[in-house]
Amino acid sequence: MPLPLLPPLTLLWVVPALPLAGSVVNGALALAAPRAKRAVSLVGVGVLVLAFAAAALAVVALAQLHPSAPLVVRYWEWLPVGDLQVAFALQLDQLSAVMILVVTGVGALIHVFSVGYMRGDPGYARYFAYLNLFVFFMLTLVLGASFPVMFVGWEGVGLCSYLLIGFWFTEKINADAGKKAFVVNRIGDFGFLVAMLLIFRHTGSLDFGAVFPKASAAFPAGGPVVTAITLFLFLGCTGKSAQIPLYTWLPDAMQGPTPVSALIHAATMVTAGVYLVARCGPLFALSPVGSATVAGVGALTALFAATIALKQWDIKRVLAYSTVSQLGYMFLGVGTGAYAAGIFHLTTHAFFKALLFLGSGSVIHAMHRAYHATHAHEDAQDMRNMGGLARYMPWTAALMWIATLAIAGIPPLAGFFSKDEILGAAFARGAVRPAWYVFWGMGLAAALLTAFYMTRLMLYTFHGPNRTGDREREQLHEAPPVMTGPLVALGVLTVLGGALNIPPLFGGGARLEHWLAPVTDVALTPAPDASPATAWALVASAVLVAALGMVGAFQLLRPEALVPARLAPPARGLGRLLWKKWYVDELYDAIVVRPVLWLSREVLWKIVDKRLVDGLLVNGTAAASRALGWVGSRLQTGEVGVYVVLFVVGVLAVVGAVVR
Amino acid sequence: MNLDLTSTGDLARALLPELTLTAAGMLVLLVTAWRHTSGRDLRIAGWVTLTGLVAGGVAVWWLWWHTARAAGPPSMIAVDDFRFVTDGLFLAAAGLTVLVSFDYLEREGLLVPEYYVLLLFATLGMMLMAGGEDLMVVFLGLELMSVSVYVLAGIDRRSGAAAEAALKYFLLGAFASGFLLYGIALVYGATATTNLTQIAAQVRSLSLVQSPMLLIGLGLVLVGFGFKVAAVPFHMWAPDVYDGSPTPVTGYMATAVKAAAFAALFRVLVEAFGGVTAWKPIVWWLAVATMVVGNFIALAQHTVKRMLAYSSVAHAGYLLVAVAAASWAGSAALLAYLFAYTLVTLAAFALLAAQGREGERDVRIDDLAGLGQRRPWLALALAVCMLSLLGFPGTAGFIGKWYILVAATMAHENVLAAILVLTSVVSAGYYLPVIMAMYMKPQPFDQAHAGVRLGRPAAVVVAACVVGLLVLGVRPNPLLDLARSSAIVPPARAATPATGR
Repeated sequence: MPLPLLPPLTLLWVVPALPLAGSVVNGALALAAPRAKRAVSLVGVGVLVLAFAAAALAVVALAQLHPSAPLVVRYWEWLPVGDLQVAFALQLDQLSAVMILVVTGVGALIHVFSVGYMRGDPGYARYFAYLNLFVFFMLTLVLGASFPVMFVGWEGVGLCSYLLIGFWFTEKINADAGKKAFVVNRIGDFGFLVAMLLIFRHTGSLDFGAVFPKASAAFPAGGPVVTAITLFLFLGCTGKSAQIPLYTWLPDAMQGPTPVSALIHAATMVTAGVYLVARCGPLFALSPVGSATVAGVGALTALFAATIALKQWDIKRVLAYSTVSQLGYMFLGVGTGAYAAGIFHLTTHAFFKALLFLGSGSVIHAMHRAYHATHAHEDAQDMRNMGGLARYMPWTAALMWIATLAIAGIPPLAGFFSKDEILGAAFARGAVRPAWYVFWGMGLAAALLTAFYMTRLMLYTFHGPNRTGDREREQLHEAPPVMTGPLVALGVLTVLGGALNIPPLFGGGARLEHWLAPVTDVALTPAPDASPATAWALVASAVLVAALGMVGAFQLLRPEALVPARLAPPARGLGRLLWKKWYVDELYDAIVVRPVLWLSREVLWKIVDKRLVDGLLVNGTAAASRALGWVGSRLQTGEVGVYVVLFVVGVLAVVGAVVR
Repeated sequence: MNLDLTSTGDLARALLPELTLTAAGMLVLLVTAWRHTSGRDLRIAGWVTLTGLVAGGVAVWWLWWHTARAAGPPSMIAVDDFRFVTDGLFLAAAGLTVLVSFDYLEREGLLVPEYYVLLLFATLGMMLMAGGEDLMVVFLGLELMSVSVYVLAGIDRRSGAAAEAALKYFLLGAFASGFLLYGIALVYGATATTNLTQIAAQVRSLSLVQSPMLLIGLGLVLVGFGFKVAAVPFHMWAPDVYDGSPTPVTGYMATAVKAAAFAALFRVLVEAFGGVTAWKPIVWWLAVATMVVGNFIALAQHTVKRMLAYSSVAHAGYLLVAVAAASWAGSAALLAYLFAYTLVTLAAFALLAAQGREGERDVRIDDLAGLGQRRPWLALALAVCMLSLLGFPGTAGFIGKWYILVAATMAHENVLAAILVLTSVVSAGYYLPVIMAMYMKPQPFDQAHAGVRLGRPAAVVVAACVVGLLVLGVRPNPLLDLARSSAIVPPARAATPATGR
């Protein structure tokens, strides 16, 4: 249905084009003038700010129309082959509007922070080239109007993630982490591809605008095909969004620069899976098994990752597992059919988790500088080496406390509303399908643990005596304004973000839910509303649990008793199990990585590759081509007479063939 | 705009690009008669040539824009979009060659402004050849082009290799022209005409499909063109000549000369012999032999220039696949591929010309080691060229190959398509080592690439080509639309609507 589009909408391509241009310019600067840091900062941050402005304009224009169908802008056909029309087309609807605002808005703040954080790095221009490129691909992902365009973005963000995790690639551990992320994501991408092929086979199209209206006719509800499609799509999500069983790459991804962890591995890229499920809501709505799997895996991941976060010492690892856990909440939300709640949590999580990561970046920056000044070789990220930092970095401490209260679910901060929405929706769904009561219980338990481990992180990092070292202590300072500025902005968003979607229970208008309604109404299978009494009871239980977790942490943990990392005894018992992350990495290593490596080395490499491919095909081909080349060079004597003879032979062959 | 070619005014309009180029050639000849002693004179001649080429381009554009068409009885010259678009291609290739030549000629001390005159006349020959509606015009154009290029190949009189190249090219070219002319004579003998559409009409009305005289004539015409496009087994001259000629001339030969021969071949086969099926298996086998031999022998080369020479033979094989498809889609694919191939080949030879004073002939692939660190921009450009030649997605080379494949499968030439893909895989074996050498090997000694110099005009050419390759790789639509709207519609399927702007 062609709608007359206003200029901000026809110019939608500007939004992704700006970061792409920034990436090209910064890439050129990285090659030509790596020292031009001022220009790099200007371009790198500038394009993001402009992209945010362009996105805001487009969203305002969208809000004026508030159409019930997505606005699709087709730019050009790329590879028309028979029935398959792959077009470069972007689509703006209420869902992608939220996503582009989050990506460009939070992205711009993190770019500003990076200016301070990466100041002394020799790869400054390269860093911004990658970061801009990431934003371009992320915007392509959320704006794409078809599965292939989305897949281009999906693969592109994976590539940028790989490049940025291994940004300091000279250290093997960083390069390995990048490789792990890449390989694990391949498994998920395989799922995405299979789902895409199935969709094309059964609907004959890959455009969102064509697939979703056809979905209910093409797939019988609960049928095996749509279940397979949703499960394969979700496999893709577990890779990209770090859910069980493919979550293991995300904690390792913390080897990258901290702003990267904030942008890619907390606020935006890892939420792509949640976006995908929300986008494909019409498909998931048709498959009870599919959506139950999403919700169940989400709830399990939320709880499981939270237990691991309890015993980590690396400040970024705690946050990484916390991210995995919070992503689990989002999947619980979208799997329940509460798409608005899932996207709401995605948004608020982008605010407070970006704040937490940037805050931890500020801490690490200070620790690193202190150790650098005294040439000590201590771990700048280990919380056992911190303590009492609130005295030296009051801004960072205060802002991170706000984010901690938000993630724990203390009202009236942003996280309280969004988490409560998800738990409430899960509980309500339990009335129809009892399995959701279990999911709700797991979510509640995870909330308890979340409050506990976040309070633990804050206590060990900012309070109690300082364990950094006597000489180093004098070097601890607050970060420069270019870094604290974005923190303050995110802090404001964390405090006010909940206002986006205050439910009617608290007298709010549930604005985000209404905004998203044109997208989610197609998808939503409405669950019965709980009675006000039940709703209040749910809210009370959530707040109680959060408070319990925090008070418990204050009561149980003794920051004074901690010793610096190099003196600490190894953990024992359950603590050790949690510290070792339930030995999942070791398990995967034993049952997947080692057998695959063995197979690769003993069979694929030694037999297939060396004997068959190298021996027969490569060397054989090389020998054959050498022989051919030998014949050729024998003939290519440089003597015209020989050439003429061959020419005549050719003529005879041609004439013979014609007359025959 | 309908042009009645029997009226002098309209004929002059239809020939405006050729007339412009002739005038420009005469002008440059006059200029060089007076000024031919210094580098400055050389540059003046170059700029005048460039202006002439631009003027010719404007004339072509003017005809194209007014959708000029011939009216009235069959004429000697075609007035259709296929001619205009190929003319544009030749003019562009010539213009880019002029820009690349500026620094090259001065660096090599080649103070011969006639170089530019020859370039102009060669281009004029191509335009007549690809636009000829009559076998005699095609032959005249071909000879005008060939004679100019023979001299261009040997323009560096101090170089033994160049002299050898020119002599070989001349001897074998004359030999091949003999076959072509004899073929034309036999065709005339069978049909009593040399006009392409008349030939087709005569073949139909006299049912000459089985006539041995016509068929042998057709075979010899194929041989003549096969020589010009360097199809195996008539390719033997190509490596020696490409190798020995000055590098910008090699780039020009590998692109414009080849494009002109293909355009003329396609027009002759489709317009005159569209009703005869006997040439299809021959082109089929020529395509297979050219792809296989070109790619495999390229694999065994050590110097970059010779490798590119054989690679250009291989690409002739891919283009023959489009000819074998002999359809509207094949014609569009041919045009699209020629554009992509011209861009990438000109850029690659320009980069090769920058590799060093008096010795780019001997640049081995290993000599490029470490170029990625020393000259990142040059290396990047060369890497893009290699990927595009290979047909890597995201570059124009991929799009070109893709459309040839589509045309081949639409014409049910699945075996040909499969061989194209397989031999492309082989080609990775000689394109990728260039990239590997540049980026994955350390430079052999400290000052390894100190002598690499790319003049400003040449750098502009390379940058334009590389950007063009990348842009067309992502957004090929303008090129494809142009190629589709200018494709020749085979008479058998003339009902298929194809044109329109």
